[in-house]
Amino acid sequence: MKTILNEQQLAITIQRLSHQVLENHLDLENTVLIGIQPRGIYFSNRIVQQLKTHVPAGTIHYGKLDITFYRDDVRKGLHELNQTDIPFSIEDKNVILIDDVLYTGRTIRAALDALLDFGRPGKVELCVLIDRRFSRQLPIQADYTGKTIDSIITQKVKVFWKENDGKEEVVLL
Amino acid sequence: MQLSTKHLLGIRDLQQGDIQLILDTATQFKEVLQRPIKKVPTLRDVTIVNLFYENSTRTRISFELAEKRLSADTINFTASGSSAAKGETLLDTVNNILSMKVDMVVMRHSASGAPHFLAKHIPAAIVNAGDGINEHPTQALLDAFSIREKLGGLAGKKVAIIGDIMHSRVALSNIYLLKKMGAEVMLAGPPTLIPVYIREAFDVRVEYNLKKALEWCDVANVLRIQLERQNQPLFSSLREYSLAYGVNKSLLDSLDKKIVIMHPGPINRGVELDSDAADSKQSIILQQVENGVAVRMAVLYLLAGGGSAAEKN
Repeated sequence: MKTILNEQQLAITIQRLSHQVLENHLDLENTVLIGIQPRGIYFSNRIVQQLKTHVPAGTIHYGKLDITFYRDDVRKGLHELNQTDIPFSIEDKNVILIDDVLYTGRTIRAALDALLDFGRPGKVELCVLIDRRFSRQLPIQADYTGKTIDSIITQKVKVFWKENDGKEEVVLL
Repeated sequence: MQLSTKHLLGIRDLQQGDIQLILDTATQFKEVLQRPIKKVPTLRDVTIVNLFYENSTRTRISFELAEKRLSADTINFTASGSSAAKGETLLDTVNNILSMKVDMVVMRHSASGAPHFLAKHIPAAIVNAGDGINEHPTQALLDAFSIREKLGGLAGKKVAIIGDIMHSRVALSNIYLLKKMGAEVMLAGPPTLIPVYIREAFDVRVEYNLKKALEWCDVANVLRIQLERQNQPLFSSLREYSLAYGVNKSLLDSLDKKIVIMHPGPINRGVELDSDAADSKQSIILQQVENGVAVRMAVLYLLAGGGSAAEKN
C-alpha cells in the first residue's frame, strides 16, 4: 500500500482545484457543480465547501447525479442505487462534473448521457481528484486534475474520507 | 444487490429483503419519472413480451410504459385475434415467441398458476401480471409503495381490505406482502365473499361490519366485486351490497380520523365505492396508478439485470 496523497496534501489539492474552478468561472453565476454518486460526492462536497469561502453560498448550484441506470454493464450485475438530486435547470449552463477517480472513463460516459437527459448544457467540464492515465477505455479527459498517477489494472486506488472512513487519505493498493 | 428469485410469480415467493429492494428501487425510478426526459437507457438490449390472455387497462399500459421508459423493446400479445383462438396451447405460443429471442415475459392469465406452469418450462424471466384468483404481485407492490409514501412506512400500519376477498388476486398478494412487512391486516366484507379459514391461514382479522373495519384501520383498500368470477349468487343484489359495504363520504366523515382510501381499479362507482369518496382528498387512487409505473420499472430492472436469463440457468 502506497500513499498518494496524505491528509495535508489532500486539503491543499482540494483548495487548488477550487481555485482553478474559480479562475475559469469567476462568479459561478452561469455554472453548476454536479457530483457523481456515490463516492464522488465526498469530493464534490469539499470543493463546494471551499468555493463557499470565496463566493456567497446562494450563488452555488450544486447537484448530485446517480448514473446506475446509464451503465453499460446492467446485464453483468446490478449496482447499489443512489439518489439523484438536480433541483435546477442545466439548460445552457456550464456544468462541472466532479468525481473522485477517473479510470476507464466509462462512469463519465454514463454521467454525460445521464446529464443530457436533464437538458442541454452549454459546456461540460470534468474535475477529478485522481487521474489514472493509461487506463482509459474511452476518449475522455479531465479539465481539472488533482493528481495524475500511473497504475496498472491489478492495482486499486482508494480514497478515504473522514466522514465515511474515519481518515483522510488517497492510497494505491 | 439481487432479488432472491428469477421470476416474479407472486409475493408468496419473495422475502422481506426482496420487497424492500423493489420498493427502494422504485423510489429512484419515481425520481426518473419527474425528469424532463422520463426515460433511461437501462434495458436497451432487453426484449419483453406482454402476454395478456385476459382484459386489462391499467396493468397493461403501466407495464408498457415501464418497459418503454427503461428503453426495452416490447411486443404486445392479446389472446383475442391471435392463434390462441385457433387452438394453440399456451406453451406453444410462448415458445414460438421466445424463439424470436425474447428475454422476459409479462403475463396475465385467467387460470391461476399459469405463470408458474410457464416458469417450469421456459428459460425467460416471467412477471405475473395477475393469474386468475391467485396473485397480482405488482399491484400489491405498488399498493405498498403508495402506503409507504403516504404514511412513511408499512410496519405496524393497519390496513383493511374490503370487498370481494374470495375472488381477488389483489387481496391475496396484499395479504402476503403486508404480513411480510409487519403491517396488520383486516379483511372486511360479506361472509360469502371471505374464505372460511383465511383468518387462521394468514393470521389476519376478519370483520363483517364495514363501519367497525373503517374505525379500526389507517388505510382502506377497497376491492371491486368480481362478478365475472362468481358463478353462483353470493349476495342478493349489487344495490344491497352497496348499502351494506359501499364506502361513501358520509361514512368516512363519521369516523374520528382521516383514513386513506385505495382502490386497485377498475372502480364500479356507486357499488363498492361512491364517487364522493373515490374523488375525495383522502383517496390516493390516482397516485397508486402513477406509482405503478415506477414499481414495475423496478421489478423489470431487477429481474433483467445481473445476467441474462440463459446465463442464470
